[in-house]
Amino acid sequence: MSNDVYVVGTDMIKFGRFPERSVPELGAQAALMALDDCGLTIQDMQAVYSGNLFEASAGVGQRILREIGQTGVPVVNVANACATGATAFREGWMAVKAGIYDVVLCVGSEQMGSGLLGGGGGGKGIPTEGLLGSGTMPSVFAHVGLEHTRQYGTTFEQFAKVSVKNHFHSTLNPKAMYQKETPLEEVMGAEMISYPNTKLMCSVNVDGSAAAVLCSEKKARELGLMGRAVKVRASALTSDPYTARNIAMMDFNAVTRLAAKTAYEMAGLGPDDVDLIELHDCFATAEIVHYENLGIAKEGEAGSLIDSGATQLGGRIPVNVSGGLLSKGHPLGATGIANIYEITTHLRGEAGGRQVEGAKIGLTHVVGAGSACAVHILEKA
Amino acid sequence: MSAALKPEPTTKGAVPFLVVPKDGSAPYLAGSKCTKCGEVVVGTRETCGKCGARKGMEHVKLAGTGKLYNFTIVHRNFPGVPVPFISAIVDVDGGGTLKGNLLGVEPKPDAIKFDMPVNIVIKPVPQKDKDGNSYLAYFFEPQS
Repeated sequence: MSNDVYVVGTDMIKFGRFPERSVPELGAQAALMALDDCGLTIQDMQAVYSGNLFEASAGVGQRILREIGQTGVPVVNVANACATGATAFREGWMAVKAGIYDVVLCVGSEQMGSGLLGGGGGGKGIPTEGLLGSGTMPSVFAHVGLEHTRQYGTTFEQFAKVSVKNHFHSTLNPKAMYQKETPLEEVMGAEMISYPNTKLMCSVNVDGSAAAVLCSEKKARELGLMGRAVKVRASALTSDPYTARNIAMMDFNAVTRLAAKTAYEMAGLGPDDVDLIELHDCFATAEIVHYENLGIAKEGEAGSLIDSGATQLGGRIPVNVSGGLLSKGHPLGATGIANIYEITTHLRGEAGGRQVEGAKIGLTHVVGAGSACAVHILEKA
Repeated sequence: MSAALKPEPTTKGAVPFLVVPKDGSAPYLAGSKCTKCGEVVVGTRETCGKCGARKGMEHVKLAGTGKLYNFTIVHRNFPGVPVPFISAIVDVDGGGTLKGNLLGVEPKPDAIKFDMPVNIVIKPVPQKDKDGNSYLAYFFEPQS
């Protein structure tokens, strides 16, 4: 028997705005849905890994168990910027891979409010936002995009096409916050936030939750859960390696490339083996650079890849068929596990109208400012 | 603390690496150069973030000139922050990279040229903190 780890149950709530509900209520809902997906109960779980960023010091995992069953198992609360959910998933994967537990629950949840994220200046002195450049997330990722423009001449229109594609995909995903197509003129003509990111090229701040049940192969066989199980072929987590401009201009490229390389090596696979990708399109500019970072486009060819339609549903390598963060929404702590749900659903052949036909290998990617990157490669069991 | 013990307001740098010397000499941007690997970084460091060397960080003043590496034009920001403005990334001549506002250039994509040479100028800003301290910030201006 191998020490492989399997996703046996997973689900997410429809992302939206739920100001009247608590974070643990949201997390509990996804947790129960994931348990129902594999027919297990909270009493079967040997440990819980909870990802949440904005209430990181408030024991969200324990509070979720108060909602669904306080079984006394170990709870680990995880915070790792926008890689929070994926990091919680990876913590669970490691524990099962190491043979400590046979079956664990990973859950990500977040309540966001609305408005700009990021921005410079702490508690001391005077605020530096707008005085010493901009640290809002739309600006940070505008810098990411325009660096690609500087290197390869990538255009505003090419960045905007990412939103056209992902918003189209969202019309096929009933769990996306928005399910509305946006033609190119509408995307480019929307309010400019930080050039070249218009409002329709920014991800949506939403509330949401997603969960996954991870199981050892032995336990999955014992429980008769191999039929819909999806194998975790690789799990990689990186922090930002040193690059010269990283402090002034956050570098999401090196951190992603290192995670992708690590994950491909662990899986013994390459970018050509992957059938679909859910990557971190927190802004339209980000998706373009990650085509190259994840190896699905050659250096400098990400712009022509979006032009070619290859990353649209039906294309050579569909990217963000869920609608991505741009339309599905981006509840930080939930996002990484929602990606796992999306890929698992395709590998199971259960994705309905947005199904990537014949998908056998899928990849998830998130980056968090600060920085962190997680890449997971999943395979149909 | 009684009002009498409150320190007299002073002039500070808006970021820790903008140093305002107490002897009244010219303010400057502080950097560190690793004598082992040669890397220059912004700010005062005792350990090299690139090679990990724990000795031999030389404290240096960053140059007053550089080249525009990257930018964005910010049209939407938090309430009270004047827009539009250009958030610029500048490679300082001799090493180090800074983010700051690019002044004296129209905030339009066509008006901004990658690699344009800039001066890095340190000036007083109108903002004060709650204790009445004044601040200096650095800005980028095109070299004419």
